[in-house]
Amino acid sequence: MLGEGILKGLAETAKNFAGSFVSKERMTTVEYPEERLPLPEASRNFPFLVYDGSDWQAGLRCVACQICEKECPPKCIYIEKSKDKKPDYVGKLQIYPTKFDIDISVCMSCQICVEVCPFEAIKMNNEFELATDNRFGGLLLDRKELAKSNEYYHQIHPTEAAEVDARLAAEKAKAEAKAKAAADAAAAKAAGAPATPTPVAKPSEGERKS
Amino acid sequence: MIDRLDQIFVLLKHWLVGYLPGEWQAAAGVVVSVVVIIGLYPALFALTTVLERKGVGRIQNRLGPNRVGPYGILQPMADGIKSLTKEDIVPRSADAVVHFLAPIVLVVTVFMGFAVLPMGRNMVLVDMDAGLLFYFAMGASTELSVFMAGWSSRNKYSLLGAMRAVAQMISYEVALLLSSVVVVMAAGSLSLVKIVEAQNHYTWGLPHWYIFTPWGLAGFLMYAIAATAETNRSPFDLPEGESELVAGYHTEYSGFKFALFFLGEYVAMFSISGLGSTLFLGGWSAPLAFLTWVPSWIWFFGKLLVSMCVFIWLRGTLPRLRQDQLMNFAWKFVLPMCLLNLFVVALWRFIGDGWLRWLVCSAILVLAYVGIGWEGMSRKRLGARSYRYAD
Amino acid sequence: MNSLDVKTERVEGWNRPPVIETDGEGELLEVAMGPHHPSTHGVFRMDLALDGERVVRLKPVFGYLHRNHEQIAETVSYLAMMPYTDRLDYICSLTNNWAYALAVEKLVGQEVPERAEYLRVILAELTRAQNHASTIGFLLQEMGASGTPLMYAFREREKILDLFESLTGSRMMCNYMRFGGCRVDASPAWLDAARKVVAALPAFVDEFERFLSGNEIVMARCQGVGILRPDLAVNAGVTGPMLRASGVNYDIRKVDHYGIYDRFKFRVPLGDHGDIYDRYMVRVLEIRESIGILEQALKDIPNGPVMDPKAKIRGFRPKPGEAYGRIEAPKGELGFYLISDGTPNPYRYRVRPPSLINLTVLEDMCLGSNVADVVLIFGSVDIVLGEVDR
Repeated sequence: MLGEGILKGLAETAKNFAGSFVSKERMTTVEYPEERLPLPEASRNFPFLVYDGSDWQAGLRCVACQICEKECPPKCIYIEKSKDKKPDYVGKLQIYPTKFDIDISVCMSCQICVEVCPFEAIKMNNEFELATDNRFGGLLLDRKELAKSNEYYHQIHPTEAAEVDARLAAEKAKAEAKAKAAADAAAAKAAGAPATPTPVAKPSEGERKS
Repeated sequence: MIDRLDQIFVLLKHWLVGYLPGEWQAAAGVVVSVVVIIGLYPALFALTTVLERKGVGRIQNRLGPNRVGPYGILQPMADGIKSLTKEDIVPRSADAVVHFLAPIVLVVTVFMGFAVLPMGRNMVLVDMDAGLLFYFAMGASTELSVFMAGWSSRNKYSLLGAMRAVAQMISYEVALLLSSVVVVMAAGSLSLVKIVEAQNHYTWGLPHWYIFTPWGLAGFLMYAIAATAETNRSPFDLPEGESELVAGYHTEYSGFKFALFFLGEYVAMFSISGLGSTLFLGGWSAPLAFLTWVPSWIWFFGKLLVSMCVFIWLRGTLPRLRQDQLMNFAWKFVLPMCLLNLFVVALWRFIGDGWLRWLVCSAILVLAYVGIGWEGMSRKRLGARSYRYAD
Repeated sequence: MNSLDVKTERVEGWNRPPVIETDGEGELLEVAMGPHHPSTHGVFRMDLALDGERVVRLKPVFGYLHRNHEQIAETVSYLAMMPYTDRLDYICSLTNNWAYALAVEKLVGQEVPERAEYLRVILAELTRAQNHASTIGFLLQEMGASGTPLMYAFREREKILDLFESLTGSRMMCNYMRFGGCRVDASPAWLDAARKVVAALPAFVDEFERFLSGNEIVMARCQGVGILRPDLAVNAGVTGPMLRASGVNYDIRKVDHYGIYDRFKFRVPLGDHGDIYDRYMVRVLEIRESIGILEQALKDIPNGPVMDPKAKIRGFRPKPGEAYGRIEAPKGELGFYLISDGTPNPYRYRVRPPSLINLTVLEDMCLGSNVADVVLIFGSVDIVLGEVDR
């Protein structure tokens, strides 16, 4: 009969209208910025650099290997290496970046830098309220703005951060075991041949809280 | 007491006017009524814009505007300020006088229609014997302003839009008139006051509204369709469709003139709904006999509000018809049904009281509706389809 | 000779319908629709020549969104192109990822573990469901239903996008497939959430259908409008729901047997008339079929790794050669043609965009119709400018 489909459509709309007062399913508005939806844990926006401990310069994990700079698809990372070295979390001396700039107006949040970093130094942040009215450099984040602590990383990506910490602790344990084995071998060799002065460079054990 | 509440506006007017000397009182009374009408309906228009946006929003599972004022009530203030402070751009090659006059003509003719609507007991501005005729004369004049707008803009797209709009409005004007003629035949008078009084009787508690008769229901449906088309509302709003070529006949208008077009459209909606409720829904009469203690003007404005809600509901649901389909619908469905309705109402009066006339008239109308509808759809080979799957 | 049972004549040039003759009086009105236009799905221009209300000539002009996608590929590595493929058809990023991953896996002969295959199917069918829902919503929005069906479609799409965000990290630019599997594994909690979303989908499709399929206005505007003949469709290389709505049975999931689609029971809906209504209904029926596939895949997904342990992420140098990998994307056949010369960057990288190739028949479908119909026909082709212009 003519008009039947129209009446069915009107009934559907009326159902939605009435439902919008009573059910959450039919009123899906979240009044931002007073209410916010919780972001899922895996949510990613722009990268940040992780540092261990409380001093961001001493604890920065990045060793300026420039792998992320090479793999970045839109080439938004710019790194300058340092001339001197500082110890990393196992105590080995590594270079560090004196400049580490990410232009977040170019970055496409693809997460490839995170995937290829061998040192768990760069991770994805989920902060998105980064609008600025400074068009000349307001969106160019430098090393200081990018460095955030490991505690912050635990806050935003708890399971991921726990896995990373477990991996780093395992690496550290392996490195320490190797160092101890090398020290024991060297000590045994030194005890066995006292005439030959074997310069044994013991790696300085940087005791650090992670 | 109840009577005084019902007549409160009339009494207020008499009290105000009483301060003037005798020979000026009649004229002053008219002026007071005119001022009230000119002030009331734009306020209702403001309220309706908020209702529309929030209503359509709720239909779409979202809140409407709710930042300006509690529940967004003050949104029309913001819109009004915006339209007043926008730059008034008139194209250089446009006909400036006609361009200026078009929205004014619209608003003036639309407000004239309120002169004959009875908004309550004894609350009609001018009690004309041929009130309905006057109303339709004013209503047809609104189409003039649409064409003036399109022509003066010197823009081929607005001209196209204007011509489409005028063609649509003229076709549905015929349908509007014919569907109200049945009421005139039943009531025996062109005066709107007498039409309302003819419906203000009750049998077993139910009123004698014309919508409760078969021909009245058919007439009301045709009137509603024609009214939606007259005021360019969905599903007949192709002339001002945004997703078509351009914005139609009011493309070249900005600022306050655009707001006037908007105002004119909505006030025309009020006016046509007011007429519809006067003709078919009993105007200011109460729906049940024991509710007559509620003031009459409350019933009138309540019916107006319900009509607005139906308009908003239709807008939120239905897609729009294409221009030629719209015109086909008017001339090949609505018009024949209206003509048949005239015959049916004559038959109604001829058969006289009793159950026979109900049976005969309902049968004729239902058969005609189903027949024309089925024939129209099948001629164009429209219909539900079934789909096969590849094997 | 083709493997489809559609008679196609070999003629020189194009199988075009005759141009509508005008009566010689009056000039044709030439109008440019776009690039700024509310219903052109992006920056797209159509130069129409109108005789009164009827379309006599239509020339599509695109390129406003050209971003040098294929040239960029020649300067970066294979892995770095994966996030760029997200941005081709930006509504269906996961199927773009899969097509590219398929092409590269063909190039190097890479195997994919089973759990990864199941995850790929699940995500691709979710993408198909949300793409078809939003296409139908936009089509009805252009018809003037003031956005109501669009809002309903987007309400369901939000649930699917939330699933994507909790798995891949991003709602639309997912960057999830890798050569040899998927980037991260899906937790059991995610699979449960996916099952809940899939369980709620049939009710939404029913509501959508009830709302609009019997609606006389929708039928009057869509039936008999924009007819595409099957032989023209095959000759022009049209694929996807547009081809199936014209009655040609060609679904790459059934033809190529890529991935593990052979393990799932699903049917391919076909239309009979090739008009807008058929395309709309074929998409609705495809959503239902996708729901069936999703239910089966979510039930049978095995445990295991999601990435082939032998796959390389960095230092990826395929041997010289070429490969063409294609999938049934929601818009049609999305294919990637890669030529490698042994270096880490591709030598030639070509995308076969279904939206662009489906657009080539736009003029043939629109000749003789009204301007209002052109808007609807254009909407029923279902294009995304990111793919058309790359």
